[in-house]
Amino acid sequence: MAKKEYSFYPGCSSQQGASSSNMQKSVETMCEELDVTLNQIPDWNCCAASIGYGGGGELPRLTLSARNIALSEQHNTGQDIVATCAACWLATREAAERFHEDDGLMAETNQALAEAGLKLKNETPIRHMVEVLIEDIGYDTIGGKVQRPLEGLKIAGYVGCQTNRPFGIAGESFENPMYLDKLVETLGADPVKNYDKKVQCCGGALAFSEPEKSQDMIKTIIESAYDSSADMIVTPCPVCQMNVEIYQDQINQRHNTKFKMPVVYYSQLMDVAFGRSAKDSALDQQVIKAGKLEALAKK
Amino acid sequence: MTELNTAMIEQYRNSFLQEVEANVEEGEWVKMCMQCGVCAGSCPLGNAWEHPPQEIFMMIRAGKREAVLSSDSMWMCTSCYNCISRCPRGLPITHIMHGLAHYAQRLGLVPKNQPTQRFAQMFWQNLNKKGRVNELKLGLSLYFMNGFGEGVKTSLKMKDIGLGMLKTKRMAVTEAFGGHGVKDLSGFQKIMKKAHELEDARIQKSGN
Repeated sequence: MAKKEYSFYPGCSSQQGASSSNMQKSVETMCEELDVTLNQIPDWNCCAASIGYGGGGELPRLTLSARNIALSEQHNTGQDIVATCAACWLATREAAERFHEDDGLMAETNQALAEAGLKLKNETPIRHMVEVLIEDIGYDTIGGKVQRPLEGLKIAGYVGCQTNRPFGIAGESFENPMYLDKLVETLGADPVKNYDKKVQCCGGALAFSEPEKSQDMIKTIIESAYDSSADMIVTPCPVCQMNVEIYQDQINQRHNTKFKMPVVYYSQLMDVAFGRSAKDSALDQQVIKAGKLEALAKK
Repeated sequence: MTELNTAMIEQYRNSFLQEVEANVEEGEWVKMCMQCGVCAGSCPLGNAWEHPPQEIFMMIRAGKREAVLSSDSMWMCTSCYNCISRCPRGLPITHIMHGLAHYAQRLGLVPKNQPTQRFAQMFWQNLNKKGRVNELKLGLSLYFMNGFGEGVKTSLKMKDIGLGMLKTKRMAVTEAFGGHGVKDLSGFQKIMKKAHELEDARIQKSGN
């Protein structure tokens, strides 16, 4: 397989000791197996996610992404930017599109960037890791790498919001995207058919500021997975993963439920299927252990 | 009432729509709303909104300036983008809601103690300090936003979640001392300062 290289934007939560460092670890393992090299954008900054608008307004918020794209164009010239975090991808791509549409904003952001000697050309495609997997690598190649099929696992594919809207993955519908199910199938597991909460919002950043409203939504995501006898939920999004995993005890207390549903990343499923250890797959970083996946990883 | 708010009332006396078009991110789209209500039906927190998006759009056209800007509706947006992907006319509704929320904050019209507004502001300040978000400090500042006593209570309530994250190395105590950040912090801050100046100047000019 030919080696592939990308300019990588990991984002704040993927850093060491941060909330989705488990995604980062498992993505690194996955990329080793797929012969993909991720060149970090040197000195990247936060994208403002979807909650930076309050203090950040328009230009300052979009300029955060402009700095990242400019750094990528300068240091990782000619490489597509790839993000693993849904919010990072969305914010960066949104900024790039806005600068294309609005010459005034483009001029202003370059005026700001000039303060540190940077310049935005805005010629770089901004892509999600899932696009790399589907479009550049493909299900067949992924399937060919499977050494340890995930037989007997029933998995609810939770796509969430921001990997899916407003951009989504080419050829997939916003209302019923199928790629996660296809990936689960490719790895030898059994995708839950008609998982009705696959694109339900988990509350995003409002899980912090409006916890009860958000947890009511999270409850439906988990309930529906149980109703389909899923062993675990899989998601591409770090906010979804955290929100759906870590509040289960609080939901249990409030609603007298007994949730203990593991929530993993697609990259963790791939690592185990590719024959890697539980540790390489960052399964030791689950708050709710994915017991059946760990057991497979030991085989 | 802030000075900018007074200037804007003066300047756009007859048309709140024009004020929104000139000053709110993607505000020029507001008049394209055809009142179908798909956005309201698609919003995951729809029942928490005092005025759903299509109602806000109509209120803007009807000149209900204060009712719109001092509403907490826009702050209920979870950024799920359902409304954008379903709007038959392609209005960037999520962005207009964010834009209205930001504009209300700029004018000092946000309802007191609106939790998402306060969290959003903390998030912005947190990321600007070092160029990257410090999750530990962000969490703590959220828990302690209503003073020490309530902060201790919230921290106790959240203790198990915090311990779970610490044990799985998804939270690091070391973040309390320094933590992650960009290397060229001075360059980063110069860029952000300039971006704020340019945006402030644009809006100030619009009010004169």
